[in-house]
Amino acid sequence: MPEPSPNASNVIPLRSDEEGAPVVPAAPDVVAGSGFERRLAGGLAFLRRRITGDYAVDDFGYDADLTDHVLLPPLRPLYDKWFRVETRGLDNIPDTGGALIVANHSGTIPVDALMTILAVHDHHPAQRTLRLLGADLVFQLPVVAPVARKSGQTLACNADAERLLNNDELVGVFPEGFKGIGKPFSERYKLQRFGRGGFVSAALRTGKPIIPVSIVGAEEIYPILGNSKTLARLLGLPYVPITPTFPLLGLLGAVPLPSKWIIEFGEPIETAHLGGVAAAEDPMLVFNLTDQVRETIQSTLYTLLMQRRSVFF
Amino acid sequence: MKPRVVLVTGVSRYLGTRLASTLASDPSIERVIGVDTVQPRPESLPTLGRTEFVRADIRNPLIAKVIAQAEVDTVVHMNVIATPLGAGGRTAMKEINVIGTMQLLAACQKAPSMRKLVVKSTTAVYGSSPRDPALFTEDSEPRALPKSGYAKDAVEVEGYVRGFGRRRPDVTLSLLRFTNFIGPVIETPLTRYLSLPVVPTVLGFDPRIQLCHEDDGIEVLRRCTLADHPGIYNVGGAGVLLLSQAIRRVGRPSFPVPAPAVSLVAGTFRRAGLVDFSPEQMRYLEHGRVADVTRLTKELGWGPRPTAEAMQTFVERSPRILNPETVAAAETRLLKLLTKEPVRA
Repeated sequence: MPEPSPNASNVIPLRSDEEGAPVVPAAPDVVAGSGFERRLAGGLAFLRRRITGDYAVDDFGYDADLTDHVLLPPLRPLYDKWFRVETRGLDNIPDTGGALIVANHSGTIPVDALMTILAVHDHHPAQRTLRLLGADLVFQLPVVAPVARKSGQTLACNADAERLLNNDELVGVFPEGFKGIGKPFSERYKLQRFGRGGFVSAALRTGKPIIPVSIVGAEEIYPILGNSKTLARLLGLPYVPITPTFPLLGLLGAVPLPSKWIIEFGEPIETAHLGGVAAAEDPMLVFNLTDQVRETIQSTLYTLLMQRRSVFF
Repeated sequence: MKPRVVLVTGVSRYLGTRLASTLASDPSIERVIGVDTVQPRPESLPTLGRTEFVRADIRNPLIAKVIAQAEVDTVVHMNVIATPLGAGGRTAMKEINVIGTMQLLAACQKAPSMRKLVVKSTTAVYGSSPRDPALFTEDSEPRALPKSGYAKDAVEVEGYVRGFGRRRPDVTLSLLRFTNFIGPVIETPLTRYLSLPVVPTVLGFDPRIQLCHEDDGIEVLRRCTLADHPGIYNVGGAGVLLLSQAIRRVGRPSFPVPAPAVSLVAGTFRRAGLVDFSPEQMRYLEHGRVADVTRLTKELGWGPRPTAEAMQTFVERSPRILNPETVAAAETRLLKLLTKEPVRA
C-alpha cells in the first residue's frame, strides 16, 4: 500500500468503515461544507479508489465498495417506488452469525433475488449483506458472471455454501432454481421441487438456522404465457419467455409490471441440535427438513395472498 | 529428519537457483547438487555458493548414477516448466515435464538412500471453469480436467508422483501446488502480461487471481526440504485480487477483447514474443482460480504473505503509467475547482 501522499490529505473518504487499508485517512469530523460538496468529495474519492484499484474484495470476489456505491443505488427506486416492497419479520434474521435464507423463486428474471438483497441490506438493523447462491449459468455468462461475484453471489455448491456459513455470513438460496423462475403464469405461487435438499445438508453440517422466506408479487412482474423452446435450445438457455409485452413491444417488454410486493421472513428453523455432519448424512432427515421448509413457505404464500387486496395495490 | 545430500532439479532457472543458494548457505546440509540441462546463468553463479552443478538431462539414465553415487537422500523436483518458449517448443516441454519426471522418479525408486521427495506442482491442476467452487481445497476434484499445456503436464506429473508414493511408502512426499508467482524479480507469463503497456482482458469477465510472493515460495520449499511435511499443500497468499483490480494497481489501461477474438489476439502476442499464454491460461483469464491455503498455514505454522501484499512488491517494480499520487492530486484539484472553497474546516 503506498503511503498517503501529502496533497491527498484534504480528501474525504466516502466510507469511514472501509475494510482494508484506506490510502487517505481522514476523520469524519473534518467534513464541513454543504451536502452537495460532501457528496462530490465522496464521489471523487470513490473514483480515485476505482482508478487506482485501492479497494478490498473477499475470497469470493465480493466488492463491497462497488456494490454499495454503484450496483445497489439504481435498484432502490425499483424497490421503493415501483414494487413498493413491504418486509415482514426482518427481526428473524440474526444481527450476527451465519444463517441460511431459503426463498421461493419467480418472475422470469431474478428480480426477486435483487429485492431480497436490498431488503436485508437497507432495512435490517445490522444492514447485513446477503450472499446468494447462483446457478451455473450465471457464472458462465459474460458481464453477468463478474457482476454476480462482485455483488457477493457465488456458485450454488455445497463447498461454497458451507464456507460462507462457517464464515458467519448470511447466505440465501432459491432451491427451485430455473423450475421456479421460469414456470408459466398459470402455476404462480405453486412451489416447484426443492432441488435435492443440498441447502438443508449445508445448514445441518454447519449447524446454522434456516430462515424460510416467502415472496409475494414477483410472480406478476413478467407473466410467462409461453416458452419458445426452439429459441431456448438455440441460445443454450433454460427458457425464452413470451410475456404479454415481450417480445411484442421489444425493449419495452423489459419493463416489469408494477406489482405490489411483500417479503416475509419466517421463524428460523434451528439445526444446531440435530447432530451436525451425521445428520447431513441421513437422507430421510434431509428430505423431511426440506419438506418442512417447503411447506412453511407454501402456507405463508397462501396466507399472504389471502391478505393481498389486489396484485397492484 | 534433516537432509544430508539434496538434489535440486531445474536449478538453472530462477526459482531453482534461489532454492539451491538458500540450501547451500545452510551448514547443516552436507552437499547440494543442482541438475539442469543448461548451465546456470553466469550472474547467478556467485549466489549458488557451494552448490555442485551437474549438467544432465533428467530424461536420460545419467540422473540415476548421480543419485546413487552421491547417496542423495532428498530430491526437490522443480523441473516442471510452464512455458514452451523457454523449452524450445511444446513437444520438448512435454518431454522434459513428463518423461523427465518419470526418469527421475524411476531413479529415486531404485535409490536406497532416498528419504524425501518434494515436488513443485501448480494449482493449475484444478483447471478453471465457471462451475468451480470459490476456493479449491487439496481434496477438490477438478470440474474440468486441463486438456492442454502446462496444466495437463502437471496433472500427469502428479499421477506419477502418487505412483512413486505407493511404491516407496518410506519416502516422505510433499506435493506443493503453487499459485502464480509474483514479486520484485521473477519473470513469469503473468508478470510479462501485467507489464504490457495496454493489458488485454476477456470482455465481460473479471477473474479472481491469487498470487504467491517469490520469497515465500522459496521459504515453503526450504521448510519442506529441511523438515518433514508429508502431504499435498496449496501454496499461495491468502485473499484474492480481481484481475481488473491488479491491472489498475499497476496503473495500466486494460483492453477488453470479445471472447471469440481472444485466441486470435493471444496468438498474435505469442508470435510477437510478448506473452506466452496457452489455451488453459486463456480460460484462467475468464474464470480465474483460487485455492484454500489453510492446510499449509496450519502445517507450517506460517503462511505466505497475502495476495494483495505480494502484488504490491510487483507494483513497486513496474513503472506505472498512471500513479496513485497523480490521481489523488487530480482529485484534490478537481474538488477545489468545483467547490470554490476548501471542503476541510
